Amino acid sequence: MARTIIPFGPQHPVFPEPLHLKLVLEDEIVKEAVPALGYVHRGLEMLADIRDYHQMIQICERVCGICSTIHAQCYCQGIEELMGIEVPARAKFLRVIWAEIHRVQSHLLWLGLFADAFGFESLFMQCWKIRERVMDINEATGGNRVNVSVNIIGGVKRDLAPDMTRWILSELDLVEQEVKRLEKVLLHDYTVKKRTVGKGVLTKDQALELGAVGPTLRGSGVAQDIRQLGYAAYGDLSYTPVVAKDGDAYSRNRVRFLETYQAIALVREAISKLPPGEISVKVKGKPEGEIVSRVEQPRGELMYYIKGNGKKNLDRLRIRTPTFANIPPLLSMLPGIELADVPVIVLSIDPCISCTER
Amino acid sequence: MKEEVISVTPDTLGNKIAEMKKNGYRFVTMSCVELDSDTVDILYHFDKNLELAHFRLTIPKNEAAPSISPVYFAAFLVENEIQDQFGIRFDGLAIDYNRTLYLEEEVQRAPYCRITVSNVEGSEGD
Repeated sequence: MARTIIPFGPQHPVFPEPLHLKLVLEDEIVKEAVPALGYVHRGLEMLADIRDYHQMIQICERVCGICSTIHAQCYCQGIEELMGIEVPARAKFLRVIWAEIHRVQSHLLWLGLFADAFGFESLFMQCWKIRERVMDINEATGGNRVNVSVNIIGGVKRDLAPDMTRWILSELDLVEQEVKRLEKVLLHDYTVKKRTVGKGVLTKDQALELGAVGPTLRGSGVAQDIRQLGYAAYGDLSYTPVVAKDGDAYSRNRVRFLETYQAIALVREAISKLPPGEISVKVKGKPEGEIVSRVEQPRGELMYYIKGNGKKNLDRLRIRTPTFANIPPLLSMLPGIELADVPVIVLSIDPCISCTER
Repeated sequence: MKEEVISVTPDTLGNKIAEMKKNGYRFVTMSCVELDSDTVDILYHFDKNLELAHFRLTIPKNEAAPSISPVYFAAFLVENEIQDQFGIRFDGLAIDYNRTLYLEEEVQRAPYCRITVSNVEGSEGD
């Protein structure tokens, strides 16, 4: 049978960002997929050469617009560990609150985009409408909807007053109620299941072998999440990874949907346990040595390798984002599926290309 | 680093990587660090049950490193990235973009190196 090569992307209606896939097809069936990157590569890691280690926080926040706070948190945690800085307990809880608020808005953004990928426009609009409440929380607490710049080395630079935490809780109650109303559709609707169940299967063994992370890994039955390490204040909160076992697009959808509830619960618990005290400590000295720092982004494990030489500029900053890790698993999900399902499968890993290329 | 970093050579790397695969380690990524005008460190990061393990390969910039992508397919992407950014060649890459993952074909410099070994035969590095 003759093979056809279809260029999928970089501009495609379902892609919020440019990714190119060269799809080798026999009839309508994908036989092979090869990715091409480089459309939004910015070389952000190399800015460590000209920005000092404090200024790099703002650069890290701009690696990804969806999880800006979590990038900064990962970077700050690495530098703090390198310099032996003990962050105040209140700052650790505040970091968790902002990180989990980010997870809620990121998952709602993705749920909408995923719905759009299989042509469910009204569901897309509902998800994004709910997300607006969370973006308002970002703006009210961090001063910005997208780049929420709250982390500094040694803690955080903004605090949450009691009336603000009460308002956050009341807003999240509304978000939870509204998300609950979508559960029947997102998890049980015939059309959603028809387009996602059994599509783009990644087995547990494949997920581990190909280095999958985040909901892509947990959707294949592996209960692994970097939050289990207990970084920041996660060790003081009740947390068990959400897992689904079938490894298909539906399972990845299910994990993210249920993680939205879990993130809201974590914010509630962190607020209820928020200890009094300082939100930052003074930082003296310069980072020296090398360290690997990891946190759990909405898309999965984020890893920073940091090497300092005792000067204000770092020797090396290397960022491994979750989408970068999830591209090889994606290439194994695509062979054997119909061309019409490619957008759904690609979206099911929640690709963030700005993150990936940095 | 909190964890021990085990030094490897191009000759011992293959066995170590095969051992990690056999013991069920997940490939996390690789980090390339320029040490001086002639050498780079390549760090290999693995994870098992949330515990990290690292290997360090120190090689001259103008020498090819053995690719681990035949063992860990996931490594092909980061090895291609290092080829683009640092100009280090990898032998046996599962998918070789030949330094065009991010770069255009005509680019000869390695943009992440402060001092680059030129990829044009017979020309001097800049």
